[in-house]
Amino acid sequence: MTSLPNNSATKRLGLVIDLDTCVGCHACAVNCKEWNAGGHMAPLTDIDPYGAEPEGVWFNRVHAYEAGDRKTGRTVHFPRSCLHCAEPQCVTVCPTGASYKRAEDGIVLVDEDKCIGCKLCSWACPYGAREYDSHSGVMKKCTLCIDRIYNEALPENERIPACVATCPTSARHFGDLGDPNSDVSQLVAARGGYDLAEELGYQPTNKYLPPRPKRESQSQPANEEPSSGLLRWVDRLLSS
Amino acid sequence: MNPSYSVIFFTTASGFGYGLAFWLLILDSSNFPQDRWLSGVGLALALAAITSGLLASTLHLGQPSRAWRAFTQWRSSWLSREGIAAVVSVAMIGLAWLGAIAGMTGTLLNAVAWLGIVAAIITVLCTGMIYQSLKPIAAWRSSLTTPIYLIYSCLTGAFGTAALMSLFNGDGSLAAVIALISALILIAMKMAYWRRASQVVHLTPESATGLGKIGKVQQLEGPHTTGNFVSKEMGFRIARKHADKLRKIVLLGGLSAPALLGFLGVLDNGLAAVFWTIATVLSIGGAVVERWLFFAEAKHAVSAFYGD
Amino acid sequence: MKQQKIETSKPIGDTVKTTTCYMCACRCGIRVHLRDGKIRYIDGNPNHPVNKGVLCGKGSAGIMHHYSPARLSKPLRRVGARGEGKFEEIEWEDALRLATGWLSEVRNTDPRRLAFFTGRDQSQALTGYWAAQFGTPNFAAHGGFCSVNMAAGGLYSIGGSFWEFGEPDWEHARLLLLFGVAEDHDSNPIKIGLGKMKARGAKVISVNPVRTGYSAVADEWIGVRPGTDGALIGALIHELLRTDRIDLEFLARTTDASWLVIQNPGKSDDGQIFRNEDGQPMAWDGINKKLMPARTPEAKISLIGERELPGGKKAKSVFQLLAERYLAPEHSPETVAAITDVPADRIREIAREIASAALDDPMEIQQPWTDWRGVRHETMTARPVSIHAMRGISAHSNGFDTCRLLHVLQMLIGAVDAPGSFRYKAPFPRPIPPGPKPAGKLSQIKAGEPIPGMPLGFVGGPEDLLLDENGGPVRIDHAFSWEAPLSAHGLMHMVIENAGNANPTPVDVLFMYMANMGWNSSMNVANTLKNLTAVDEASGEYRIKHVIYSDAFWSETVAYADLIFPDTTYLERWDAISLLDRPISDAEGPADAIRQPILEPDRDVRAFQDVIIELGYRLGLPAFTTNSGEPKYPGGYADYIVNHERNPGIGPLAGWRGEDGESSGIGAPNPDQLDRYIKNGSFWKHHLDPDQRYFKHSNKRYLEWAKEIGFIPSADPIVLRIYSEPLQAFRRAAQGHGEVQPPNSETRKRILENFDPIPRWRPPLNGLEDPEGNYPLHAITQRPMAMYHSWGSQNAWLRQIHTSNRLFVARELAEKLGLKDGGWAYVKSPTGRIKARIKTMEGVNPRTVWTWNAIGKRRGAWGLSEDAPESNEGFLLNHLISELLPKEDGIQWPNTDPVTGQAAWFDLRVQLEPAPAGAETTEPLAPPLPQNPTKRSRPKYLTYGADFRFKDPVQ
Ligand SMILES: Nc1nc2c(c(=O)[nH]1)N[C@H]1C(S)=C(S)[C@@H](COP(=O)(O)OP(=O)(O)OC[C@H]3O[C@@H](n4cnc5c(=O)[nH]c(N)nc54)[C@H](O)[C@@H]3O)O[C@H]1N2
Ligand SMILES: Nc1nc2c(c(=O)[nH]1)N[C@H]1C(S)=C(S)[C@@H](COP(=O)(O)OP(=O)(O)OC[C@H]3O[C@@H](n4cnc5c(=O)[nH]c(N)nc54)[C@H](O)[C@@H]3O)O[C@H]1N2
Ligand code: SF4
Ligand code: SF4
Ligand code: SF4
Ligand code: SF4
Ligand code: SF4
Ligand SMILES: [Mo]
Repeated sequence: MTSLPNNSATKRLGLVIDLDTCVGCHACAVNCKEWNAGGHMAPLTDIDPYGAEPEGVWFNRVHAYEAGDRKTGRTVHFPRSCLHCAEPQCVTVCPTGASYKRAEDGIVLVDEDKCIGCKLCSWACPYGAREYDSHSGVMKKCTLCIDRIYNEALPENERIPACVATCPTSARHFGDLGDPNSDVSQLVAARGGYDLAEELGYQPTNKYLPPRPKRESQSQPANEEPSSGLLRWVDRLLSS
Repeated sequence: MNPSYSVIFFTTASGFGYGLAFWLLILDSSNFPQDRWLSGVGLALALAAITSGLLASTLHLGQPSRAWRAFTQWRSSWLSREGIAAVVSVAMIGLAWLGAIAGMTGTLLNAVAWLGIVAAIITVLCTGMIYQSLKPIAAWRSSLTTPIYLIYSCLTGAFGTAALMSLFNGDGSLAAVIALISALILIAMKMAYWRRASQVVHLTPESATGLGKIGKVQQLEGPHTTGNFVSKEMGFRIARKHADKLRKIVLLGGLSAPALLGFLGVLDNGLAAVFWTIATVLSIGGAVVERWLFFAEAKHAVSAFYGD
Repeated sequence: MKQQKIETSKPIGDTVKTTTCYMCACRCGIRVHLRDGKIRYIDGNPNHPVNKGVLCGKGSAGIMHHYSPARLSKPLRRVGARGEGKFEEIEWEDALRLATGWLSEVRNTDPRRLAFFTGRDQSQALTGYWAAQFGTPNFAAHGGFCSVNMAAGGLYSIGGSFWEFGEPDWEHARLLLLFGVAEDHDSNPIKIGLGKMKARGAKVISVNPVRTGYSAVADEWIGVRPGTDGALIGALIHELLRTDRIDLEFLARTTDASWLVIQNPGKSDDGQIFRNEDGQPMAWDGINKKLMPARTPEAKISLIGERELPGGKKAKSVFQLLAERYLAPEHSPETVAAITDVPADRIREIAREIASAALDDPMEIQQPWTDWRGVRHETMTARPVSIHAMRGISAHSNGFDTCRLLHVLQMLIGAVDAPGSFRYKAPFPRPIPPGPKPAGKLSQIKAGEPIPGMPLGFVGGPEDLLLDENGGPVRIDHAFSWEAPLSAHGLMHMVIENAGNANPTPVDVLFMYMANMGWNSSMNVANTLKNLTAVDEASGEYRIKHVIYSDAFWSETVAYADLIFPDTTYLERWDAISLLDRPISDAEGPADAIRQPILEPDRDVRAFQDVIIELGYRLGLPAFTTNSGEPKYPGGYADYIVNHERNPGIGPLAGWRGEDGESSGIGAPNPDQLDRYIKNGSFWKHHLDPDQRYFKHSNKRYLEWAKEIGFIPSADPIVLRIYSEPLQAFRRAAQGHGEVQPPNSETRKRILENFDPIPRWRPPLNGLEDPEGNYPLHAITQRPMAMYHSWGSQNAWLRQIHTSNRLFVARELAEKLGLKDGGWAYVKSPTGRIKARIKTMEGVNPRTVWTWNAIGKRRGAWGLSEDAPESNEGFLLNHLISELLPKEDGIQWPNTDPVTGQAAWFDLRVQLEPAPAGAETTEPLAPPLPQNPTKRSRPKYLTYGADFRFKDPVQ
């Protein structure tokens, strides 16, 4: 199973994250933790939760970057989770078959019952998306909320990942990126969505929408030198 | 990368063990005139080194009881291949060792020995390939990575063999010369490896995030204030000054000095056992430092996301 | 090998209940999914008007809040010295008896000796009422240190306000200007709205010294110098006037722009609005060339020109006064650029952009409506420029006027409750000046009796102040005194300072609720703790005799109380999010909500509201006792929520009133009301008709409806006020007119300098310049989106995001000062010194440093280990701020806005220097508090949720 599915199914479920809109609120990260703490990969252990060095398992982490300087630059909030790559080395290096990519929808998962906790997959992931739970001794990671998106116990419109459902700014989108006509694919096309670290060849499914370029004022300098004095207003209303 | 002691111990100890077994099995199978206890003691030493290394490597696992599962994915995983090769080689070396202490000779033993030899090479090769194949670690993606692992095994094993041979009243000069040459080659290879490592293109915060178009990218805040698995495992950094010092230790103490000792042993057969034993210890010590550096200096792509 | 089999359709839980989140004051609707009686998951209620299904980071961490080891478990009585944190656990009966004893003694002698102050209170309709019933004027909640400048600035200008009481028109705005907003109480609504604007491609400009959060996603970031927004807005007004890009029609019809102001220098009527005998403000009818009541529907009023009044006095219109002031060169972009750090060209461009978005290419909404005159309009004309502002404006000592200036800016372009602009949320708009007036004049305070009205209110002039015989304050926080005449929310931040000094009266019982006054909500921590522990030399007793406090957690303040009422968590109690308090309405209509107990408490705690209702009965307060002396609300708060009537038919909840539950707003109590709420998802929402949704200040159908439901006393239009008569009344008093005048020349001077009927920027009270170069840097805080004040740190998940804080410094400044990323620096103010870890950055005004608010903790508090980074590396700026300004003319004024008493947190000025190598810890490091008396294990590993996976769900 460590070999990649070779039928290269056309369905590629994943996320689209809009860096132009994300305000860095961490809602996606915490809600992910909340859902998954009791979900398919439960628990998401926290070590030393009330002590000096709390260290927990999180499937989604939000960074803040500054790009450029004070005058022309931007601050960009940047959520980072598994990208469900098409060519994920995290899967191929796994000696046990615990790490696998689903043939039917491209989701990359870990079968904890097989995982020996060798951590090699985490070395093979350039995106830091693998989260080792040292308490359970197994590797964990974003499941794309497999226990939500196919969950027949949920109303249909709620069958989306927890991070997407909760994102207050709607900066996160979920869908089939293998289908060029899907909403997410069209959004990616319209907004110039890109792959992270494309050069490494992992072909991530998740896409990032770049911050929009700064928009200078489009207004016309109007009435720059109006007739001076207050009197110009005197009868304006009367004639209206 | 975080230099994990169990992994460093594993690769150096088993690397030494494989190298030692490799040379001893060559001696055995080529009917080189020798003391039967040389093989007996030497292979035992090799096995001890290998198995302690392998055991150490399971310490690194979160679920050691499931380690057997690691044999299943040989089609794609170098780690799985390494595991299989390691087991095969231990089995073969073990059999050869039993044969040796039983005083057996002949084709069957030769065949076992050769299987052991090949498996040993494959194991070390797999070890090297595990690292060399990892795309996120640019420094390791060098065509030198695996050869260095192999030659390091050759080096430490050959010095060990030379020392053992001289201890058992044989002439280890040939092995010592091989070791000496290996050391010289390694000096060149390590220098080349480091030169390349200093030039490789890493992922940068600009390229990793795709925000480089806007300008220089710096992390304002990490996702969490304290460390996490990824930042601890992958984010380990070593100071340039510190690394330079350790490199010198590898080159001088771990490679040049053993080479010199190897040469001195060839010149003075009387003290050879002493020289080569010291050379073995030094080269293994050097290997430990080299491995530590191998990890510590390797920058993982994910550090770019942490602003590095 | 076969692919793993995954159970993908596991039900979330066995039970779902709706309630209202209280991980912050935004009050989103949530669904709590339970399994086996434990919380499996909390998500947003998709039908809820506030959050529409989303949840923020805090709300998503409710599980860890609810099961936190920092929770209190039993009533506590202090056994050690105050502040030592040594307690014994006592029974509720003993706790209530003790409190009743202390309180009844006060009530029967001098009720003023009770100071009852509540912090993040969401039940002020109850707590304020309780205080009034008790008979003390000394009540307020946190508004005074929070954002009263926003509330008062708005209510006195447009009859509504920013903060959580108004909102941008997210659907229609073309341009949104954010002034000093990091998060606000409308946490999720603002984010949802920003998401909508972004999706539409509308433009966002953020004016903020720091480029994070909302400023990060803004299309333009204006890195203004703190405390100077008023100057910036003045320059925008200058530009709009200069280029004649204003909505004259709106000004004339909807505001007081045409009203005539008497010009009679030196005389008592100078600066008064000229009114006729009926009290109608007068304007000039330009067609008939005569004076006319300004609100004559058919008048063609004129906005400009000096008029002669009957009797020969002169008068000018409000608009003319405004224009004369703001066209002057001191408000030109060039002058202002030097003050604000915003280049003149940018100022001009922003003004152009505002005008263009508001006035060009007019957008019409196809929706007929009728104005207050009865004139029907076929469409609604948009003014698609929205402004939203918060504490970046208000937490300065010039915040009140800065806020008013923003409203003037809105009025100039007609962007008040028009499509695309700022919109009122019900029950706003309200008449201007607002009412009612505060109760608590000396004559109204009587032993054993209620005061006749609510302690907080709105002052209309000097005669409404609560003053003692010498013109000094009556209230312990000095609210409604000359120190802070329009302090509509009180001054909670001054209570402990004044109580410690028995100024104006001693306090025998300090009763606090849900406010961490001993730490992050005190202006100065050391001074607050000193006052809490001050001992009267003569008697050897604590000067503040008794301190009663209700908290749910082992916070820093708990250690300083004598008696602790341990509260429930938000998932264990009834609550009303009431229109009488801080409602959750939006611009589309009023709404209110409840909290229902989702889980039974697993410890001996009681909801605070239940406790004060019980105390009310034990004290015999009339409103909580029946005529026969029985408890009036035996069912506690739930009983009160349903059955209490403030005025006939008006109670805490507006939904499902009347015996049959079919009335909204007004109606008899409905015994099934809470059930109806629960059936509806624990909230009630009324949707205004489409023709009522805009122009509410002048919209006939809206005004009539609002009167009917009891929001406003009459359906008269609400005239927006550029010119504030209450401020003029204070000015006039300071000029020596009228019966109530400032008691001394220093106070006169202060009033004259700071009370201006037309808003004007002035530098913060501690000055903008720093002539000696001692404290050249501004130091401010920001709300982290993933933390709520101090109470997030006990949360195992949230604390990982902000385990400690750093001081953010502009990279260029850090280089100049020799500060390194990750290094430590001393931060000094005139009041104190702290040590902080440095982080350099680009996106910050170069003379400003900042940090995340309230991350720093005291060792031992909040259920954290003593080596927790929160307490060892985290720091508070509150060690550097002072309650009082330096003495001037022999008087020490509070460090607050001189009009409203708003705490001037962000006026703080500091210097920075690298700290020599040493311990990697913050300073000052207060001695650790002992741990929570209820021993609760601090697990090494937290694996919450494991059971849900490995145990099969109970169906
Ligand atoms: N430097 C600086 N200081 C500031 C500010 C700033 O911007 N900068 N902002 C100021 C402002 S605007 C505010 S509003 C204040 C906020 O400061 P506070 O009002 O003090 O807010 P919290 O720190 O959240 O403290 C609230 C207390 O309520 C307790 N609590 C939580 N839940 C419950 C409950 O269910 N029941 C009871 N009884 N208690 C509960 C918490 O444990 C905590 O002790 O801080 C002010 N301080
Ligand atoms: N997550 C979270 N949400 C909260 C709270 C919380 O603690 N956490 N607290 C709640 C409370 S009690 C309140 S009062 C609100 C406060 O809501 P906000 O007012 O949004 O919160 P602050 O962080 O005080 O925001 C102040 C902002 O003003 C900026 N600023 C400071 N000085 C100036 C200035 O002079 N000019 C301008 N233009 N900007 C300036 C700061 O950089 C900061 O971005 O948030 C509420 N919501
Ligand atoms: S929830 Fe949305 S806005 Fe918040 S950090 Fe995640 S992606 Fe960004
Ligand atoms: S992001 Fe990492 S863990 Fe996820 S599929 Fe790609 S390589 Fe694997
Ligand atoms: S840690 Fe587990 S999933 Fe990852 S490579 Fe090892 S066995 Fe595979
Ligand atoms: S898809 Fe699910 S598991 Fe993955 S980051 Fe989002 S919430 Fe977490
Ligand atoms: S904004 Fe977040 S914490 Fe506040 S009420 Fe809403 S969900 Fe709860
Ligand atoms: Mo606040």
